[in-house]
Amino acid sequence: MNNIYEQAVSRSSQQTFATNKVIRNTYMLLSATLLFSGLMAMLSVYLAVPFWTYTASVLVAMLMGMFVLPRTADSSAGLGVIFAITGLMGFGLGAVISLYLQLPNGPQTVALALGGTGVIFLGLSGYALSSRRDFSFMGGFIFAGMMVLLVAMLANIFLQIPALQLAVAAGFILLMSGFILFQTSQMIHGGETNYIHATYGLYLSIFNIFISLLQILGIFGDE
Amino acid sequence: MNIWLQIGMGITLVLMLIYMYPAAKHWLENSPKAEKGDWQAVIVPLLLVVGFVILLIMLVKH
Repeated sequence: MNNIYEQAVSRSSQQTFATNKVIRNTYMLLSATLLFSGLMAMLSVYLAVPFWTYTASVLVAMLMGMFVLPRTADSSAGLGVIFAITGLMGFGLGAVISLYLQLPNGPQTVALALGGTGVIFLGLSGYALSSRRDFSFMGGFIFAGMMVLLVAMLANIFLQIPALQLAVAAGFILLMSGFILFQTSQMIHGGETNYIHATYGLYLSIFNIFISLLQILGIFGDE
Repeated sequence: MNIWLQIGMGITLVLMLIYMYPAAKHWLENSPKAEKGDWQAVIVPLLLVVGFVILLIMLVKH
């Protein structure tokens, strides 16, 4: 009887240890990728790359995220791939930031979007980590919402309607905020055991919130 | 935007939709049911996010 109890406690502590390891590794890798991405963005601003670099970089990064990352995420090669993806996205982001910096109040808009993204991410992650709630019931809602937003984005590539762009940006902020809660709770409750996948998900949320916030603040700031 | 980049982005978004479809289907069919208070625990922080974004918009307007 005692033996069964000890085994159960041992299994439970092993599970907790594994969960904490995933969370720690995810946040360490996320910090490193954000730093690398920021450095690449600075390089891109310094080189004053044209705006199409953003589209091209995001396009290549999305393709790598779909076809290369899933094949390498279980090996050490996955680390190289995640740095390549986030570096590319950061380099593309530099082109957008350059554009905003040239506008009146541009530096203020960029700083507010950056600070705002940090506050949203840290606030939601802190909430999910401290409440330890299971947000997996949101899975269907989040993935269905993402598909709707992707269709709207696809339509707006060709339609170029500013109101739809604003609606998509607002939708992305809400959906990515929900995704941060969902992904963090998945890490806590053992639904996500691969820290490279978890980092990629959280990085994309931060990237999308920043870009959407930049668009919204740019539009409302009459830029 | 360059027309070829537009087409490339369009194709990539279609690929993403195809790629995400199985995950969306899985979560729609297998998501655990929300219990009492679960949605409230999501809506409150999301409303705070909305309020915070409105505050940022007001800051950028002044």
